[in-house]
Amino acid sequence: MLPIDGIPTTEDILAKAPPAERMKKGAVAMIECWQEIPCNPCVVSCPTGAITMESLTAIPQIDFDKCIGCALCVAACPGLAILLVDSSKEDGDRVSIPYEFPLPEVGETVDCLNHEGKVICEGVIEKVVHLPAVNKKDKTPIVTIKVPKGYALQVRFFKRR
Amino acid sequence: MKTDVLVIGGGPAGMNAAIEAARAGASVILVERQAHLGGQLVKQTHKFFGWAEKGAGTRGIQLAEEWARAVEEHKNITVLLSSEAIGLYDDGAWMIEQEGKLIPVYPKKIIIAVGAQEKTLPIENADIPGVYGAGAIQTMMHVYGVLPGEKYLIVGAGNIGVILAYQLAQAGAEVKAVVDVLPKLGGAYWVHVTKIRRMGIPLYMKHTVIEIKGDQWVESATIAEIDEKFQPIPGTEKELDVDTIAISIGLSPLTDLMYQAGVELIWIPELGGLVPVHSENMRTTKPNIYVAGDASGIEEATTAALEGKIAGAVAAKDLGLTVNDSDIEEWKNELGQLRDAPLLEKLRHGLHKLHEAAKERGLQ
Ligand SMILES: Cc1cc2nc3c(=O)[nH]c(=O)nc-3n(C[C@H](O)[C@H](O)[C@H](O)COP(=O)(O)OP(=O)(O)OC[C@H]3O[C@@H](n4cnc5c(N)ncnc54)[C@H](O)[C@@H]3O)c2cc1C
Ligand code: SF4
Ligand code: SF4
Repeated sequence: MLPIDGIPTTEDILAKAPPAERMKKGAVAMIECWQEIPCNPCVVSCPTGAITMESLTAIPQIDFDKCIGCALCVAACPGLAILLVDSSKEDGDRVSIPYEFPLPEVGETVDCLNHEGKVICEGVIEKVVHLPAVNKKDKTPIVTIKVPKGYALQVRFFKRR
Repeated sequence: MKTDVLVIGGGPAGMNAAIEAARAGASVILVERQAHLGGQLVKQTHKFFGWAEKGAGTRGIQLAEEWARAVEEHKNITVLLSSEAIGLYDDGAWMIEQEGKLIPVYPKKIIIAVGAQEKTLPIENADIPGVYGAGAIQTMMHVYGVLPGEKYLIVGAGNIGVILAYQLAQAGAEVKAVVDVLPKLGGAYWVHVTKIRRMGIPLYMKHTVIEIKGDQWVESATIAEIDEKFQPIPGTEKELDVDTIAISIGLSPLTDLMYQAGVELIWIPELGGLVPVHSENMRTTKPNIYVAGDASGIEEATTAALEGKIAGAVAAKDLGLTVNDSDIEEWKNELGQLRDAPLLEKLRHGLHKLHEAAKERGLQ
């Protein structure tokens, strides 16, 4: 459980997940920000106003219909708490995560890890882009991984072989 | 040397104190014992929380560079690097030691922003090579570009411990475990913890390190589960193959200079232990001495910077210079918002005790 060991339960995850219909339309942000912390770059980075917050310490709220899947919030979040999930394609789901490690090659096969760090499936690196963090001086690499259908809510990291 | 304001410590608190005092027209000498400005921030390669408009999402090290530039560009500020303040002399001189040379500084106002020291682990062999404070490892890694070892045990799962685990993994090291005596996460932000969990770094709560093996260098560490009385439970021991142990069990304010200068200290565990009694304006019980940042109570860089600004402006005001009172109110207001987060309950409790103590002594 999160308060004990930093691992979210299935309920925690489902409470943050975009509706299945929205995921079928294409990439959409999922904000796994659990705690009321003094922080707001996600709100400021979003070009469509999809993310809102009542006060600096409130938990961010997202309007999935306004989200265009641009990933700017993914690059801006200092907690690395936001990712894109996408189940619009037949050949597999896609997850796009911020990745601050030596970058993998496009086409590379990797082991996909869940919230607990357990290997749950194989994935293929599909895309690596660099998007600006809020201060614009810094760029965050964002890696899109193709994972088996149905795994978008579970894959959160990957390990190179 | 004579100056209006002497600022001791060139971290976020000291740099901002110097900038604000100088902006109000005071002459400022800023002394820093390291060869560079920035304090703890130069080791922070992760992005910061806070207001996006005020630098959140920026890496600590970049924030440090921006402030350092503002300090260096200000004509009223003289920066003395590799210079350590060693104490107050009877004639009112603050003695600064710069590479073996002693420089007496006669300031009208002194802002102490010396930061904190790491608490040490009371266990046998905790002094053999291979056992380090988390801060020392970060310095080796980010300032000097070397890693002291390959396989790590991290003791203490607060923000510093979990951030270090992530940074070590980024540097290619293997983190075998993070342990903490608490039954559940204490002060660490959950997002920092989830970051290391999804990478597969093991976290053992209710565990401590009970034995460190090694002679010339750490060869292994044994961890065990503990009971309610913090005693190891027999049969739960695990020996880990590690060559380095990072201790991150908390910080306490560096108070020796304050103590020597006669500033009253008070024991407030929520703020890191012994802290200087001070008001919201950062005035201490000693007229002319102000404090800011971790030295006044352990918090964060963002709060340290705001406290520094307040201390700098208030010191200038006490010198009779014109400062904008609305600025000071705005910084206090921002501090209030940052401290408002539910997980900072303990901190607020500590600050409450502190402010009561300040009130009793009539500190403004
Ligand atoms: C691993 C880690 C992660 C952190 N992450 C964050 C984060 O995400 N967000 C955040 O806001 N904060 C973070 N912090 C906390 C932040 O770094 C500190 O709270 C902040 O640096 C405190 O600022 P300061 O100016 O009070 O002290 P410091 O930064 O410690 O600066 C004090 C300076 O004083 C100098 N000094 C000490 N004694 C003397 C003397 N006698 N004479 C001259 N100079 C002296 C020291 O060399 C030092 O440079 C983190 C800290 C650590 C260790
Ligand atoms: S992905 Fe783009 S549109 Fe969607 S919430 Fe993030 S920043 Fe806003
Ligand atoms: S930027 Fe990230 S950590 Fe900060 S509030 Fe938004 S989602 Fe949470």
